[in-house]
Parts: sequence; structure tokens; C-alpha cells
Amino acid sequence: MCRSARCADLGISSLPTAEGASASLSLRLAGALILLIAAGGTAVTFAAFAYGRQAAQQAYDRLLIGAANQIAGAVTLRDGAVVVDLPVSAFELLALAPDDRIVYAVADPSGAVVTGYDDVPFPPAGRHFAEGRFGGEAVRLAVVERPFAERALSGVVRVMVGQTLRAREDLARQITRNALAVLALAAVLMAALTVFAVRSALAPLRRIERALAARSPQDLSPLDVSVPREIGGLVATLSRFMARLDRQLQATRNLIADAAHQLRTPIAAMRVQSELAAEETDPQRQSEIIARIHDRSVNLGRLADQLLSHAMIIHRADAEPQERLDLRAVAIRAVEESDRDLLVSDSELRLDLPEDPVRALGDALSLAEACKNLVTNAFRHGRPPVTVAVWTESGIACLGVRDSGPGMPESHWENAPVRYGRRSGVSPQSAGLGLVIVDAVAQAHGGRLRFRIADSGDFEGAIVLPAPEGPA
Amino acid sequence: MTVRSTLITLLALSLPLSAHAAEPEAVTRFGRSEAPYVLLARSTTDIALVAPAIESFVTRFPDHAVAYEQWGSNDLYEFERAACAVGSGAADLVISSAIDLQVKLVNDGCSQPHHSAAVAALPAERRWRDEVFGVTSEPAVIVYNRALVPSYDIPASRFDLLDLLRRPDTAYAGRVATYDIAASGLGYLFAFADSQQATTFGSLIEAFGRTGAIATCCSAEIIEGVETGRYLIAYNVLGSYALDRADDDDRLAVVLPRDYTLVLSRAALIPKHAEHPGAAGALIDFLLSTAGRAELARTHLIVDVPPDDTAQLRPIPLSPVLLVGLDQQKRALLMSRWRDTFPEE
Repeated sequence: MCRSARCADLGISSLPTAEGASASLSLRLAGALILLIAAGGTAVTFAAFAYGRQAAQQAYDRLLIGAANQIAGAVTLRDGAVVVDLPVSAFELLALAPDDRIVYAVADPSGAVVTGYDDVPFPPAGRHFAEGRFGGEAVRLAVVERPFAERALSGVVRVMVGQTLRAREDLARQITRNALAVLALAAVLMAALTVFAVRSALAPLRRIERALAARSPQDLSPLDVSVPREIGGLVATLSRFMARLDRQLQATRNLIADAAHQLRTPIAAMRVQSELAAEETDPQRQSEIIARIHDRSVNLGRLADQLLSHAMIIHRADAEPQERLDLRAVAIRAVEESDRDLLVSDSELRLDLPEDPVRALGDALSLAEACKNLVTNAFRHGRPPVTVAVWTESGIACLGVRDSGPGMPESHWENAPVRYGRRSGVSPQSAGLGLVIVDAVAQAHGGRLRFRIADSGDFEGAIVLPAPEGPA
Repeated sequence: MTVRSTLITLLALSLPLSAHAAEPEAVTRFGRSEAPYVLLARSTTDIALVAPAIESFVTRFPDHAVAYEQWGSNDLYEFERAACAVGSGAADLVISSAIDLQVKLVNDGCSQPHHSAAVAALPAERRWRDEVFGVTSEPAVIVYNRALVPSYDIPASRFDLLDLLRRPDTAYAGRVATYDIAASGLGYLFAFADSQQATTFGSLIEAFGRTGAIATCCSAEIIEGVETGRYLIAYNVLGSYALDRADDDDRLAVVLPRDYTLVLSRAALIPKHAEHPGAAGALIDFLLSTAGRAELARTHLIVDVPPDDTAQLRPIPLSPVLLVGLDQQKRALLMSRWRDTFPEE
């Protein structure tokens, strides 16, 4: 056992630290976040770029249409010819796209360019916007039509205004850049939120860690840490695990205490008697003493057996997986394996079994061993005939042993295992660990050891087990 | 010190103007003869006015020589436009006072951008698209004859000029001169800018017509007329030439009109097919630098106006709005209005 603080320290420091595990969790989250932001970022970038282009296109198309309308408004007829008094305001409007080159043209109904650039073709009739090229650069063209129905001139005068795309591209870039800035901000916020979420999600675990670290090595009581529902299961499991550990530690401690108590006296007695035998000169008396030593040693052997089986059964009861079993089979096994030396005749040991199976969850071997201990006690301290009985009481499975004797005083029922377990094993017949084992097995199965006077008037010691849940 | 080549050839004056000969009026060369880079600059600016600045440039950049050609503004425009169309024969740098034609060259895609800290520091009205830059600062002024115009008649603004011309039997009838916008690109540019600024200009034209004002072609002729007393007052004269002459001649006096003063900034651009665009950019940057500006100020290509008078300054912005004045029909309309005022003899 590791009791000193130093020992505990060594034990902890030799464990792998929690750093690696937590780093990998953060890395995994960071990876997921980067993937998310990269995918989202790509989508948003494309969307923002498309939106930015569209918005810029609309804004500057309106500028073109506005300028073209102003020019169209300045078209007049003089002597049957189309005359344009080009308004400065139209060009000031276009100059709102400060770095873009301007192309314009006014065409009369015959399609001839009246004024402006004649080297950029008009878009096909009916179209109001078109793409074109002007002086080696791409331009966006807008066309406004103004119909005339005069005596001198009838038809449509078309005004074309175009601009290079610099301002549009700038605006589209600006919109995209702003969207990306927002995205970057969102990414930073998401990262911060994630860090915060991971921290706060892992905080209960850290509380558990602190609670465990602050404990003394002997403290195996259930954890009392407030945790969210999601890791309540973990805490419950930890608590159950520690309870089991606690029970096994307690059992081991009891076993050691019992063994020390029970072994010390008979061994001391044997030593005294062997000294007597060595000093005895009368062969008759010497052989008597040796016979007593033999009796004692047989008794001691049985005691040792019991101690070991005690340890084994308590361990099994806690460690072995519980299986569905029929208590009737356990009773039959116990009767078959009972110590035949105790019996005067077979009729002194009976079975009282119901017709239907009596289901329970547990370890058949330890339950049978406990039952055998009850049988042994019944023969040793009670009066035959002894009955091994199995029954159910309102959903509770019972495995009991009855004898016709008066039984132990009722005042001893409550703590009989302790009382009898600590009794000195000096007497050859008194190997009082039996009840301790029965009690331990009953508790390991979630049940208890119960004494009573049965309806038949017999004294009864029984293991009372909770019925298994679910269908039999 | 680099010595300017003394060879100044005067060619164009001897040729008939109607022939539209694509030839420079004068040619000179600045810088060492063995300089590896020879920058071809074509400009409308008189060589004498620009020489100090360019000499200072070739002194500072001994690797550069400048072949300087002085052109008439329309010839220069037509020549560069043709060079742009065929893709060869372009200058490395074109500086012209016909800033509307310069803007048109840029708008037609015949220039290339130049980026530098110096051009980035220019105000918006002195650059467009980073392809054309205003390098000078020359006000359009009123010039009068100091001896013949009494002090109480000195026109401080266009309103004063109008008042002088409104007087019955005014002594100024037929003694006021201005550019003939049909003959002078600069006069047309100033008239176009005036027509955008104020309605005063319409009244002024009307008064010019009524009093028989003289419209003539050139800065030199107008200034000389004021000196000799043939004209008493000249309107919208380019300040750089007027101030340059006023330095030598006490009879000339110059007024910045108080209602508003147009300011012309000669426009420099690097043609698209320039062979030495880097050197051209360096020259532009130099002209915009403190040292370059000081040299330009010596010949009044940059006129420093006292801070009190800056509020009246109206720079003519380098912007596509200038294209309006070049529109065939717009020009025809303005010309016909002008002809109504100044019928051709």
C-alpha cells in the first residue's frame, strides 16, 4: 500500500500528464475551425466578389444612363439636322468615376455619327448596355434613345456613352475587401468563442481534477462536484469506482484484522503445547499433547482455508461480472458441496425449492460458498435437520438456511458478523469467519444477511437479494 | 555645369501655317553630348522660358540629355495622335499648354501611367489617371498700359472692365484686345473655361462686340500691342508671358482679376510608345520638385500668388470635362457665337 505523500507524488508524476491530450483536443478544434473558415471564407469571397461586381455595375450603369440622358436632352434639330450642345454637366457626372476614360457618340436616325467618337460601334438596336473596347481598354457602353417625329426629321436619335471599368473594379474590390474584413473579424470572434467554449466546457473536468488532487489518499467517498449533465455520468462512474475500491480496501483491511486476530491465539497455543511436548518425558502424555497439536493444526488449516476463501469470494463478488442466475441452482450446488463430515445422515440436510426459477443477478460461486458457510454454521451451532431453502418475497429473492435449534440471541442479529468474526479462533470448532463471508457476499450483491425465526419456528439465516430488473 | 547647346533652329516660322507641316518650330539640346539617355521632349513652351529648369535637370542627372522640340499646340497634338496610331515616332514626353488636347490624348489611350511620390502629392485637379500632370501654374490675367490707363480706370475685375466698356463714348472702344478663339487654342480653352465659370463672360463678349474689341491670335502680338499703346487693355492673357515681358518693360502692368482668376497648368504626359518612359518620369518628378518649381518660377511658369489672393484662383482641372470643349458640334456652336461678336474681316 502506498500511504506516504511522497509515494503518492511518485505515483502521479509517473502517470502521463494531461498536457498532450488537451493539446490534441485544441489542435483538432483549431483544424476544424480553420477548415470551416477556409470553406466559408472561399464561399463568402466568391459571393462578395459577385455581389461587389453587381453593385458596382449597377451604380456606374446609372451614371452612364444619367449622362446619356443629359446628352439626349441637349439634342435639337436645326434645319433638319441633328445638333447637340454637349452639356458640361454630363461630363461632370461621368467624372464622378474620376479615373475612367470616356467615349461618347450621337447618331442620327440613319445611324451616322453626328458628333463624338465614331470608332466605337453602337451596340445592336434595342440593347441599352454592352461591352466594348476603346483605345485598348475594355469599356461599358450605355445607349439612350430619343425619338423625334418632326416634319424635317422622323426617327430615333441614339446617344451612346461609355466608360472604362476602373471605378467599377475599384468599387467591386472595395466591397469585396470590406466583406473579407468582416469575415476576418468573424473568424477571430469565432476562434475566441471556440477558445472560450472549450475552456468553459472543460472547466468542470478541471474542477474534478482539483477535487481529486485535494483529497487525502484514504478518502474514497463519492465526489461532490457540481458538473453539467453531460459529464455527470463520468462523475457517477468515478464515484462508483471509488466506492468499489473503498469496499475492497475495507474488506482487505477487515481480512487482515480478522486473520491477525484469529491466527495469533491458536499459533501461540500451539507453540506453548509444542514446548510442553518437548519438555514432557512421559510418552503417554507426550502423545496426548501431540494429538492436541494435531487437532489444533487441522483447525488452523481450516481457518486459513476460510480466510483465503473469504478474500477470494469478497474479491469475486466485487470484481466478477454479475450474471443472471437461478438461486435454485445455487442452493443445489451448495448442498452438493457441503462438508459431508458434518452430516450424521443425508436426511439431516434438506432442500426446499419452489417450482419456478428464482432469478437473481450475481456470481454463482460466491453465492454458493456463502450458502455453504450458512450450512456449516447451522450444523455447528444449531440442530439438525438443516434445510436450504429458496423463495421470493414480494420480488425479493431469498436464499436461506434453517435449523431446528434456538438460534443466536436476537440481540446479536444486528451485528452478528462482526461479533462472531472477531471471536477468537482458539476453540477447534470456532472458525467464526463464516458469517463475515456471508455478509460480505450479500453486500457485494446489493443485498444483506438477515436473521429471523421462520414461520415453522426454525431459526433462519438468509441472503436477501434484490430481484434483477427486466424480464427473467 | 552642363552647357546648353547653343544651336537653336528656327524652322516653322518660315513655313506656311496652312500646310500643317508636322515639324517643330525650334529645336535645341540640353546636356552632355555623350549622355547615354537622350530624352525627346516635345512642348509648346518657348525654349527660353523652360531652359533654366531643363538645364538644372541635366545637371542633376548627368546621364540624361534632353532633345527639346518646340511645337505649335495643334501640330503637336496631330503629330502625337498619328504617332500613337502607328505606334512609332512618339516623343518621350509631351508638355502642352493645350491641356484639353492633352486630356484627349489620354482619353484616347495614347499615354502611359507614371507613378511616383511627386505625382501622388499633386492635387486632384492637376492630374488625371496618373497619366497627365499639371507641371506649371499660370494665371490668365488682364494686362494694361500703365501710361495710358489712368489709375482710377485700372480694371481690378471683369465687372470693372464691363463698366469701362459701358460708358458712353468710352475711350476704350476698339482699344481692348483678347485672343481670337478661332485662331488660338489657348484662347478657346480660356473662353470655354470662362463660359463655365460665370455669366459675366456672356456680358463681356457682348460688350466686346458692341465696342469693337480686337480679337487676335497670339500672346506676343497682344502684349506688344499693349506696350506700344495700340491696345490699352488686354483680357485673358497668359500670365507667364505677360509677367516675363513686364519684367523688362515698365509700360506693362498685370492684374489678376479679383472676381476670379483662371489658372492654367501646362499638362505633361508620357506617350504610350515612348522609348524612355523612365527618363520622362524623372523629368516630370524633377519639374514637380522644390528645385524644379524654383526654376519654373524664375521664368514665371509658376506664378506664386500672395496668400490673400488665392481664394479667387480657379485652376482649370485636368479632367475629361475638357473633352466637351473639343466636341465637334460644341466647338462649332461656340465658334458661331464668337463670329456673331467678332465678324471676320
